[in-house]
Amino acid sequence: MFTAERVGDPRDYIKGESGDWEIIIGLEVHAQVASNSKLFSGSSTEYGSEPNSQVSLVDAGMPGMLPVVNEFCVEQAVKTGLGLNAQINLFSRFDRKNYFYVDLPQGYQISQFEHPIVGEGEIEVLPIDADGNTLEPVTVGIERLHLEQDAGKSVHDLSPDETYVDLNRCGVALMEIVSKPDMRSPEEASAYVDKLRGIVRALGTCDGDMEKGNLRADVNVSVRKPGGELGTRCEIKNVNSMRFIRQAINYEARRHIEIIEAGGTIDQETRLFDSVKGETRTMRSKEDAHDYRYFPDPDLLPLKLEQSFVDKVKADLPELPDAIKARFMADYNLSEYDARILTADKTKSDFYEAVAKGRDAKIAANWMMGDLFGALNKASTDLEDSPVTADMLGGLLDRIADKTISGKIAKTVFEKMFEGGGTADDIIEKEGLKQVTDTGAIEAMVDKAIADNAGQAAAAKENPKLLGFFVGQVMKASQGKANPQAVNEILRKKLGL
Amino acid sequence: MSDPVGAVSAEDVKKIARLSRLHVEADRLQPLADDLNGILGWIEQLNEVDVEGVEPMTSAVDMSAPMRKDEISDGGKRDEILKNAPKKDDGFFVVPRSVE
Repeated sequence: MFTAERVGDPRDYIKGESGDWEIIIGLEVHAQVASNSKLFSGSSTEYGSEPNSQVSLVDAGMPGMLPVVNEFCVEQAVKTGLGLNAQINLFSRFDRKNYFYVDLPQGYQISQFEHPIVGEGEIEVLPIDADGNTLEPVTVGIERLHLEQDAGKSVHDLSPDETYVDLNRCGVALMEIVSKPDMRSPEEASAYVDKLRGIVRALGTCDGDMEKGNLRADVNVSVRKPGGELGTRCEIKNVNSMRFIRQAINYEARRHIEIIEAGGTIDQETRLFDSVKGETRTMRSKEDAHDYRYFPDPDLLPLKLEQSFVDKVKADLPELPDAIKARFMADYNLSEYDARILTADKTKSDFYEAVAKGRDAKIAANWMMGDLFGALNKASTDLEDSPVTADMLGGLLDRIADKTISGKIAKTVFEKMFEGGGTADDIIEKEGLKQVTDTGAIEAMVDKAIADNAGQAAAAKENPKLLGFFVGQVMKASQGKANPQAVNEILRKKLGL
Repeated sequence: MSDPVGAVSAEDVKKIARLSRLHVEADRLQPLADDLNGILGWIEQLNEVDVEGVEPMTSAVDMSAPMRKDEISDGGKRDEILKNAPKKDDGFFVVPRSVE
């Protein structure tokens, strides 16, 4: 059975009436394989289709139908296992997990029990506290990864006393990734899921879309006295956002502590997280407790992989988020914080790299994380749908670099670009925003500003702070287009500073 | 024949029946348990075979699972799928409510 050797940071303890408590967390993450067809049948996995339009006789559990394994799904499981630094089992087997439910017409789920395709591995996780600070890295052990079928979907709100069942999702391939109980705080748990999500997305084995339920977590929570004996755990099913994972763990840990300190005991049970109320509640009573009666599926032969196949998948692995982050810090001289934000997913890292290549890497990072992310956030849209492409942002930075426009004018150009005004060059041309670097023109504006404000010009010698006033006047006269360095230089000279 | 170790009780039969959603009348539980114990006792004879060092057999043929390409080749037969359903509506199966 599980042991939990690591003792968490006292910072993460929960204060109870009887002293400190430590939370022990393990997760089972279900990641839907990004395949076109199902694990054992040729029907489509597409999301959002008409109910029961993507169901084969195999998925519907009709007698006499035989499952045939989808080789792509096997490859994705191996690829994910390698991404988790895990042992790949050349021999694995499918078992039947028996239970009776309306969304499971076979009466059993085909899963892998005794011999999973992937064994032990580990990943390093960087938890982030409520203020956005990165905490010390934590190593989370992977217990296993196995392939299994998803169930159908039950809809309870179309009739008051009936359930409507859509089997489109029935038989879609899932990778169940089981962690060791190595997490000690809600932040560590959500950072772990975030990390897994980044890995499967970088590998392309799962799209990681939590809103669609393509990546969801079952959270196992128990409490103990720091470093003491393990308590009874409860499993919270199907939590589908990072925030809900943290909320559910917080609620559940406090519920356990309250019960234990009042002299009660925790029943091992399956619970649901109610995201509206922010609490967990019993899902199944004890009498209904599952007894899955696993046995090898006689319809399926064991899965035997060649080492050469595993080697080839390994050789073709794309660069993983950790490697990209390390490279960004080394090659672009980014801080850990910047590198973390810019490698949070592949879209971000690809975008950044396209902007930063051959340009000032720090300026590229600032523009992307400040102006672009700010504008996207304000427009409630994602980088995937950004009206400003990497090429366009790069084009803007080029015009700052070659001094065609000032950094300040660039902000205006960026806004227009975000609103669909075209490329930086188009906007600069159309709006006449090209920076005035012609010293003659600037000198004329400086002379006029001094002549118009003779009093201040005289006082400037005593009070050099007035330089700022004159810079403002000249910039205004040039509609912001005068080169600020040139303006400063000429003003200093003419004011005798 | 004596009962094998861990003999099946009427209570076990009741539990298995419930898990399988089978209805078994109370007066049938003990006779079913007796039948099951008879079968298990007979199979118990296999324990006499020495299997020291023998790999468990996972299938009758020594080959790996044949695999298929990831191509959409099925589905799109909703009417056929729903044909035997006692109740259906708007493309869904309709069953007694499964949650409270």
